[in-house]
Amino acid sequence: MAFREYKIGSRLFGVALGGSMVITLYMPTVDMTSVAVTEMGLTKQLSYGRIGGFSYEDPFLRGDGKPKTVVLNKDPKTNEPIETVQAFVYEAGTPFPSGINHPRTLGPGATELSTAQGRIEEANHDNGAVFVISRATHNGETVNYIENASATRGWQPSQVLNAAGDANTHLIGSGKIMFVREGCWWCHTLLPEQTQDWQYFGIPPRLGDYNGESPTAFGSDRKAPDLLHVGSRNASKEWMMMHFFNPRLVQPHSIMPRYDYLWGENDADGKAIDYDAWRTAYNDYAHGKTVIPPDVPNYAADSEIRYLIDFIMSLK
Amino acid sequence: MLKYLFRRNEDIPPGTAAVFFGFSSIIWFVVGTGLGSFNAAKLAFPDFVTGSELFSFGHMRQVHVLAVIFGWISMAFAMAMMYITPALGNTKLWSEKLGVWNCFLWNVGLSLGLTLLWFGMTSGREYSDFPWAIDLYIAAFIALPMALNVWMTILKRRTQGIYTTNWFFGAGVFMVTIVFIVGNSPEFFNLTGLSEAYLTWWFAHNVLGLWITPIAAAIAYYTVPKVTGNPLYSHRIGHLHFWSVVVFYSTPAAHHLMSAPLPEWLKSFASVEGVLILVPAIAFVSNLLLTMTGKWHMFVENVEIKYTITGVMLAIPLNMQGGFQQTRAINWYIHGTGWIVAHAHLALLGFSTFLEAAAVYYGLQTILRRKLYSLALANFHFWFLLIGFAIYWISMTIAGLIQGAGKIYEVPYIDVVIAEHPYMIARWIGGTMVFTGNIVWLYNMYMTAKAGTEIPEGRLPHELAYER
Ligand code: HEC
Ligand code: HEM
Repeated sequence: MAFREYKIGSRLFGVALGGSMVITLYMPTVDMTSVAVTEMGLTKQLSYGRIGGFSYEDPFLRGDGKPKTVVLNKDPKTNEPIETVQAFVYEAGTPFPSGINHPRTLGPGATELSTAQGRIEEANHDNGAVFVISRATHNGETVNYIENASATRGWQPSQVLNAAGDANTHLIGSGKIMFVREGCWWCHTLLPEQTQDWQYFGIPPRLGDYNGESPTAFGSDRKAPDLLHVGSRNASKEWMMMHFFNPRLVQPHSIMPRYDYLWGENDADGKAIDYDAWRTAYNDYAHGKTVIPPDVPNYAADSEIRYLIDFIMSLK
Repeated sequence: MLKYLFRRNEDIPPGTAAVFFGFSSIIWFVVGTGLGSFNAAKLAFPDFVTGSELFSFGHMRQVHVLAVIFGWISMAFAMAMMYITPALGNTKLWSEKLGVWNCFLWNVGLSLGLTLLWFGMTSGREYSDFPWAIDLYIAAFIALPMALNVWMTILKRRTQGIYTTNWFFGAGVFMVTIVFIVGNSPEFFNLTGLSEAYLTWWFAHNVLGLWITPIAAAIAYYTVPKVTGNPLYSHRIGHLHFWSVVVFYSTPAAHHLMSAPLPEWLKSFASVEGVLILVPAIAFVSNLLLTMTGKWHMFVENVEIKYTITGVMLAIPLNMQGGFQQTRAINWYIHGTGWIVAHAHLALLGFSTFLEAAAVYYGLQTILRRKLYSLALANFHFWFLLIGFAIYWISMTIAGLIQGAGKIYEVPYIDVVIAEHPYMIARWIGGTMVFTGNIVWLYNMYMTAKAGTEIPEGRLPHELAYER
């Protein structure tokens, strides 16, 4: 019976497919997880939070359950002036990023320092915590690690948020959600290419820049400028507002979609935004009937566009 | 169709599942290409339908991609498996009822998944965009039942050997299940960082390499010998094709991430393995073209052969392009440009769609025992598909070369956008032709089911003359 042939065949098939998976999955993973996280990698995972796509805490991708990133220049506990520091505030209930839950993923050096000196294992999800990035030498090399400032300095989330104030609070994690949900990454990449175009778009990322980020959303298709360092090219919030409301206000040939709907119902003063009136006025302008385009409304502090702009401006 | 869901298995006429799958796939084809055409219009004219979250490009793009891959292509595959696997084993489908349920749950799950995606509930990972709950649904209610039906039918066959097509079917349903589960594991276990990014592309690559490409080829291994009456040119070459797919096609996933900071050895390895994909490709193309010996007139006269051989011939530029564009020497120039979009459509809209369309044309006529309603409409469909695709491919390739030049000469980005504009319009026109052709196809198949001439007992559809 010709069955023997298939017995050998199916074993060979198992060997071939298994071998392929060892080479293409197991070996690269071992390699990639043996790299220590960089400062950029830490900043990203701490400011983005646990997951940047569909998740329990945020099934509809509205930006819920994400940390807040603040800039402090005085100690929130003692009110003494300190050197400016970026702190990542996880209010009670906000899920921690992968590096806190699984310190092993931080890579050699960073894991040991974050647990021993940074005391990240004491961070408690139910009380919330505040993290900062610190630096120390480990085996003769300078390593960035996570410090649980709630344990080491006694900073509490609400204290830190009050000390910083809304102007110094950036909702970067929620903004990353907007970036993913709105599909910015179908046109923009977050990956200047190693080959040549980094000369224009800034340095390409390194291996340790991604530890703990999910999803990386660096995009495969580039129909528009790379955004990895856009915040250092263009730091004008006014430009961003006009550009997101209607890109053709600042760049008549742009093919970028309008994101006016991210402003929501009300503007910064709580007044309803009249989109129809705005579009009529804009059409008059676009057809040359008027000379000045209508003003872009100021956005509310809890609007989705605030999240997005906070995220875009953080891409330095 | 729905009335069969609660019938006893014996009471369901053989072929019901295949017909159900066949018509579903055509409908998804119309929907999917309609969405594609809509997206293309948005890239050409950004103010076409604005101000609404749901109709913005970022919400619609992935719906198009997953509708065509999981709706059109994969359902056409399922349709082919449901009638070809039993036919080659000289038996009946293991469970017609499972097949009907499979198709029903597939339509429900896909509609649900695409709606969620459309509203923005995405995992943020290209090609595995569905949230993990939908992934689990797909594995449990779409992939596994289909795999079970195919394997059991092959095991219960009444022939001694297993024909080439069925090796591919049996292995393909197994591989796609594994690839699907492993590829989505970052979402189940919250894996992060570059490992996650790499797994995303491992999934994307292997869905193409271990599912779409081999199953499309397997269909051609059936259609060409069946319709021409020639035996397959060489089973040995078939073996070569099969094994080289498993060994070479499953390894180059990293060539999608050539400019990401992956380990260097991995990129070099992927690049070499990627060129080796030419082995299965050449084996496949030569085997089928040689099977045509003496029957080339059917390329003009017969609808199914016309589609199949066009698809096979499109595999030549596809694999040449694929092999070379992923080497480091070339990839840096065209990475992330419209060139890649053109290549993706050459693979899916060119090569594979033509093969599947032939299987659906042939399968529906065989099972319904009705001759194709209209040859003229089938030809209209064929030419609209082919010309529309060609316009798409040429315009996007040019756009990609412009973008590539823009990258190295550091042209201000907006100038690239302006230079691409005419090609974006051309792509939209080409894609809309494809969409129009598909509507005609749906009508033609509907009329075939209703009013096609009945095929007498003991005859095959291609033995009857076309009437319109
Ligand atoms: C259809 C493709 C497309 C989509 C989707 C898209 N953009 Fe753009 N974007 C462009 C193009 C083209 C440009 C360059 C022309 C211009 O300035 O508008 C651009 C420019 C930009 C710039 C200025 C870049 C620079 O170098 O100054 C920013 C910032 C930006 N986009 C952010 C976003 C964000 C955030 C999203 C998602 C909410 C998004 N874009 C979605 C096409 C797109
Ligand atoms: C069976 C038919 C089709 C299949 C299988 C298919 C598949 C795909 C795939 C896989 C992509 C992603 C490409 C990438 O990321 O590189 C894509 C994108 C796209 N497709 Fe299709 N497609 C089909 C038909 C069409 C048609 C008829 C149109 C109409 C113009 C179209 C328009 C588009 C557009 C506009 C995009 C987005 C490209 C971009 O982001 O630059 N597609 N399609």
